[in-house]
Amino acid sequence: MNLFSDAVRWLTDPEQWTGSYALPTLLGQHLLYTVLSVLIAAVIAVPAGWLIGHTGRGREVAVAISGAARAIPSFGLLILLVLLFGVLQVPAAALVTFVLLGIPSLLAGAYTGIEAIDRRVVDAARAMGMTPWQVFWKVEFRLGLPLLIGGLRAATLQVIATVTIAAYVNLGGLGWPIIQGIPLRRFDQVLAGAVLVAGLALIVDLLFALAQRAAVPAGVRAAGGGRQDAEPRGRRRPASRARLNTPVVSRQHSE
Amino acid sequence: MFTARIARIAAAGAALAVTLALSACGSGNPLDQPSASGGGSGDTIVVGSQAYYSNEIIAEIYAQGLEKDGLKVERRFNIGQRDAYMGDVKSGKIGLFPEYTGNLLEFLQGKAASTSPADVYAELKKALPQGLVALDYAQAADQDTYTVTKALADKYGLETIADLSKVPGKVTIGGAPEFEKRPYGPAAAKTEYGVDLAFSATGPTTLDALRAGTVQVADIYSADPAFEKGDLVTLKDPKNMILSSNVVPIASQSVSGKVSKAVNAISAKLTTEELVKLNVESTVDKRQPADIATAWLKDKGLS
Repeated sequence: MNLFSDAVRWLTDPEQWTGSYALPTLLGQHLLYTVLSVLIAAVIAVPAGWLIGHTGRGREVAVAISGAARAIPSFGLLILLVLLFGVLQVPAAALVTFVLLGIPSLLAGAYTGIEAIDRRVVDAARAMGMTPWQVFWKVEFRLGLPLLIGGLRAATLQVIATVTIAAYVNLGGLGWPIIQGIPLRRFDQVLAGAVLVAGLALIVDLLFALAQRAAVPAGVRAAGGGRQDAEPRGRRRPASRARLNTPVVSRQHSE
Repeated sequence: MFTARIARIAAAGAALAVTLALSACGSGNPLDQPSASGGGSGDTIVVGSQAYYSNEIIAEIYAQGLEKDGLKVERRFNIGQRDAYMGDVKSGKIGLFPEYTGNLLEFLQGKAASTSPADVYAELKKALPQGLVALDYAQAADQDTYTVTKALADKYGLETIADLSKVPGKVTIGGAPEFEKRPYGPAAAKTEYGVDLAFSATGPTTLDALRAGTVQVADIYSADPAFEKGDLVTLKDPKNMILSSNVVPIASQSVSGKVSKAVNAISAKLTTEELVKLNVESTVDKRQPADIATAWLKDKGLS
């Protein structure tokens, strides 16, 4: 408990809120790298995931990449890329590392979102005369949105946690108190930094959870859907038909 | 009767049993000693080193020096950072360890009150915990410096840290992240020498950043092999602002008597220039620590 109160005291110390390593500055740097990396990863992974989900081809490759790439030792990769790119391209090296980390979750979110849609819904949309692009945007994209946001949420959280190491190569971010505090043996500083990163991750996670819930289309929610699993809904009886059956049965029995 | 499920459970059980058997055959804690005292069983001296190639070379020199004296030596090198090995040095499991006066003092005490080599050594001796002895310190120092490129030094006539005020524009110093908060960091340069320095936490890229020009000054440790090249100039520190950190052998009390003669003879011949040369042989010539140590001892007439 002593260390926690020391950490709180460190956080509220006015010295941490001024200067080139002020906490708001670090937060800004952290968010900048997170948003940039997730955006670039999304531009790469989401169209690829949609293609895989829509055509059904390349699924094994996508699954393999999603699984293996999540295990990248990001710290090692960051140092390696900084050495390779040179000392003048450190931000580029860091971005590459974080983008590679964000791609798996976004890829998985995109293709499972499309795959989870009942083929009959897509058929019905085509039968109604929608063009392929309309089928994609109005049906597939809309129904796959919750899972896509789930993938976005996982990717963002993983990147937030990993951008902590950006401080090791002089890019700032909320990892700075940790990276500086360990050699100084100022463990109140280290704990304060860790608490900040964890706090940011929790807040972002909460926001994404709300977004995920809001992304479920109103019609799907009314039919008892909105669950985040990938089970096809074709086999279940719609609720209205069950209600129609009962009066017929009861009339037969009363005779 | 032999269903697939039973076969799977049997296979898992067999794998678990084999794993447990193999782990029991393993060597256990690598830092465990057969006997707990004296840093070794009987008269074997355990020599340890940090996970720092330069420290390992010095430790190897100590080890070979002791062997020439007829003592048995066990090597436990590349243990890690101070948090990892200090416990074993204090308990005596490791008998002899090359350390650095200033850095060790900062580790033990948080802050050092003195900065010159002799004062820091005296303060370290008082700060050492029970059971540890500091033998003679060497002239060789692996300490923080304010270093500039020779080109910049020639251009503005830079000799001391105070001369940095002559450099126009924003002057940035690069170094390890903790350097910003050290009592000899950029804030201290302002109060002692009146120099305004911005800080950039270049860490492992410090030397490259200095040579590329993204920082104008850098905190390069004084035993860095880069000094051999001749393109770097260390600025003088007449007010002794920077904490000295000389190579010092730390010995467990039980073995210090046995090792002091050989190790003090080594420390007497180890200067900073010699240490830089050893580091160059390791990083540039890529020689093994054992070969470097043997050659150096022969060269100094200690073998």
